[in-house]
Amino acid sequence: MNLDERLQDVTVIGAAGKMGSGIGVLIAQEMAKLKLKPENKDKVYRLNLIDVSEQALDGLRAYMKAQLLKVAEKSTVLLRSLYEDRKDLVENSEIINAFVDDSTRVLNFGTDLAMAKNSHLVFEAIFENEKVKTKIYRRLNKMCGADAFYLTNTSSIPIGHLDEKAGLGGRLIGYHFYNPPVVQKLVEVITAKNTIDELKEIAKELGNRLRKTLVPASDISGFIGNGHFMRDGLHAISEVDRLKSRFRYVGAVYVMNRISQDFLARPMGIFQLIDYVGIDVFQCILKVMRTHLGDKALRSRLIDKMVKEKVLGGQYADGSQKDGFLKYEKNRPVGIYDIRKHEYQPVTEDWKKRVDAKIGSLPEGFVSWRALLMDSKKDEKLKAHFTQLKEMDTLGAELAMDYLKQTGAIAQDLISQGVAKTKDDVNAVLKNGFFWLYGPINDYL
Amino acid sequence: MSFFRKKVYACAGFYTVSLGTGRKEFHPKKPRPGLEHYIKDAGLGSIEQIRNPEHIDEGVIGNFVAARFCHQGNLGGFFPYIHDTFQYKPCVRVEGACDSGGLALVAAVKTILADLADSVLCIGVEVQNSVKAVYGADYLAAAGWYSGERKKGHAYFFPDQFSQRAGACFDKFGFEKFRPGMAQWYVNAIENARKNPKAQEYHNRNSDLHATGMTSPNPKAFCEYINVFDCSKVSDGGAALIFASEEGLKKIGVDKKDAVEVVAYAQVQDNLTTPPPDLTKLTTCEIAAKRAYERANIQPKDLCVLDVHDCFTVAGLLAVEAAGFAGYGEGADFVKDGNTKLDGTIPTNTSGGLIGYGHPTGATGVRQAVDVVHQLSSRAGDYQVRISADRPYGMISSMGGNDKTVVAMIFRKTE
Repeated sequence: MNLDERLQDVTVIGAAGKMGSGIGVLIAQEMAKLKLKPENKDKVYRLNLIDVSEQALDGLRAYMKAQLLKVAEKSTVLLRSLYEDRKDLVENSEIINAFVDDSTRVLNFGTDLAMAKNSHLVFEAIFENEKVKTKIYRRLNKMCGADAFYLTNTSSIPIGHLDEKAGLGGRLIGYHFYNPPVVQKLVEVITAKNTIDELKEIAKELGNRLRKTLVPASDISGFIGNGHFMRDGLHAISEVDRLKSRFRYVGAVYVMNRISQDFLARPMGIFQLIDYVGIDVFQCILKVMRTHLGDKALRSRLIDKMVKEKVLGGQYADGSQKDGFLKYEKNRPVGIYDIRKHEYQPVTEDWKKRVDAKIGSLPEGFVSWRALLMDSKKDEKLKAHFTQLKEMDTLGAELAMDYLKQTGAIAQDLISQGVAKTKDDVNAVLKNGFFWLYGPINDYL
Repeated sequence: MSFFRKKVYACAGFYTVSLGTGRKEFHPKKPRPGLEHYIKDAGLGSIEQIRNPEHIDEGVIGNFVAARFCHQGNLGGFFPYIHDTFQYKPCVRVEGACDSGGLALVAAVKTILADLADSVLCIGVEVQNSVKAVYGADYLAAAGWYSGERKKGHAYFFPDQFSQRAGACFDKFGFEKFRPGMAQWYVNAIENARKNPKAQEYHNRNSDLHATGMTSPNPKAFCEYINVFDCSKVSDGGAALIFASEEGLKKIGVDKKDAVEVVAYAQVQDNLTTPPPDLTKLTTCEIAAKRAYERANIQPKDLCVLDVHDCFTVAGLLAVEAAGFAGYGEGADFVKDGNTKLDGTIPTNTSGGLIGYGHPTGATGVRQAVDVVHQLSSRAGDYQVRISADRPYGMISSMGGNDKTVVAMIFRKTE
């Protein structure tokens, strides 16, 4: 069965979540494009979007429509040719609306897992819980045909392990999209020892069709993305521990967040990123990795405390940031959670100035991640930035260079442990999945 | 013999900021001034320069497609909104796609020549940021032949029309010769706009404009032969200019020395249902310029300033040829050699043009005239060019559609 045939009936489980809904948008447009081909006119296409609550599905309906509209507005050049034969559709607006109608018509929303029974391609993007995932796959395996392929969005649970527990016989592949899936180019593809070749081919073809950058990762818990991110985050947390005697806890969080964002020219500071992912998700992934890798170091008391206090980060349904390590107003950090006082301390300009004075200034002429993003000379500029940092005798420069070194060492470990095959693969994950301007393995040190 | 049977003057020119992407104050999701604001702002900007606004006899408003961008028709009704004394005075709205402003100038001049008014306040206006560009492209496509062309046309209908012209020019004159000329047009437009605080590209700080101008096209998302920098901007703005007879100048209280004489115009209309005879030429623009020169009894060498309709860089190059400054196929080299820069042999689009200042479509023709009037009366500020006694003329060439509706108008510095 080829990909076109498989795309006639697809299911996304956990469809109302941030990953599931994005995967839904991507697949819906591929199905709509197929449906528009003259030879497919009489075929029925169906995308089952399954989640646990009607309430969540209601939000998903609105989200899917808005996203498909955005997609259509961006692909109008192509859509005009796809709707060439429709003489009644003349203006862009008419063609865009027709595409949104055609693609929403394939959507089938519901809470019943049985909706998946005729699907040949099943995406699963529920929360990281091995037991629940196993249970779902076992049920699916009983209901669906023996030729159904399963693509899991897990970012930490080993694929072979899951496949074996659910008895899928190699019909499961790790297909780890990054948030938000519609925008992020990266998909980490994890094949287990027994993953069947046909599924590998289908996964590859689908990735190309979705214009994603596919990076292979070995079937070792955490894979490349979380394998790096978790340890990178733990490094920042251990630095906070070290710095808190000097800056107090709140100051130390501020310092490490600023070092990672401004000094290392990343899109957001490390604590903002943990908030973005969700502190509970961070904890959960650490636990999965700790269990499968047997590495006790993959634990953070600070993270456990934050979760216990129900300060969790994550996002609201509209995509805005929930408070976590940092407090947000219009998605900008305005305070830092003081774990001892159980409240947010506002970050005032005066306070920032005082802390900034202790870590020292950025190298002269340095511009932000955002400014560098579109800069054709960004490589040169980054090189100059780190060369200057290396020579500067400030605490900020020292912390930044230590962080850079650490981040590189984590990446090297991933290669030596066989998680990633090459340094290019690790760098590709950090650049495409985390929007870094440079890979963790670089010559800046 | 003069083309006009009496003297007509233009004075008190004014235009608003061209608002849209590029301006620091522009934010697509924040509320913005509406159509009536620009009409009022432009109108007041003009009449504040005269002593007796109550003596303005009539109004004319050029606008392309407010009915779609702003759901607004009956624009003449905003004439009395400008000033109380305009209540119950005549006002018409004229439309000729992106040459609506040009037609408004012509309508005003005709009214003076017909002895029906001594002074006419001529306004051009457009607000286009009300919808995303992909929908705006639908509205602007009305400048072409809807029932004959739109269905087979491109998502970005007009950019594609001129992309095809660029492609034809690459084939005919060579990519290496022509493409850098288009990029140079972009460079000049931005450099001039940086001297014009009202220009949409006034805040542009790009240090390598030529490289930007040479950006490879992206046919999947846009056009085959042009990039987005080859295009004029999506803009909101208004412009106003007063036309008056000698008697009219006296009545409204403007000294002749503060006005500029309108010596000739040509308005030329091509058939909307036929394709352009030659994609590598702006045939209608050329006819309009020739007629205007004949009627003014001057030659291109008598002009000291030119303002052409560079809705796209390729249109700018071809318009310079059509205005008689460069031979067929020589526009690109002419521009590359610096002839159209502020200190060149014929300073062109001195305030930034449609690419640098912006292109609030219905306002553009009027804005062009305001710039030429400002130049000839030495009020152009930082982008003022030298006006010599032996070359006291300036010309605008304003175009609607794909070289379909054209106005060329020639102005002369007063003695």
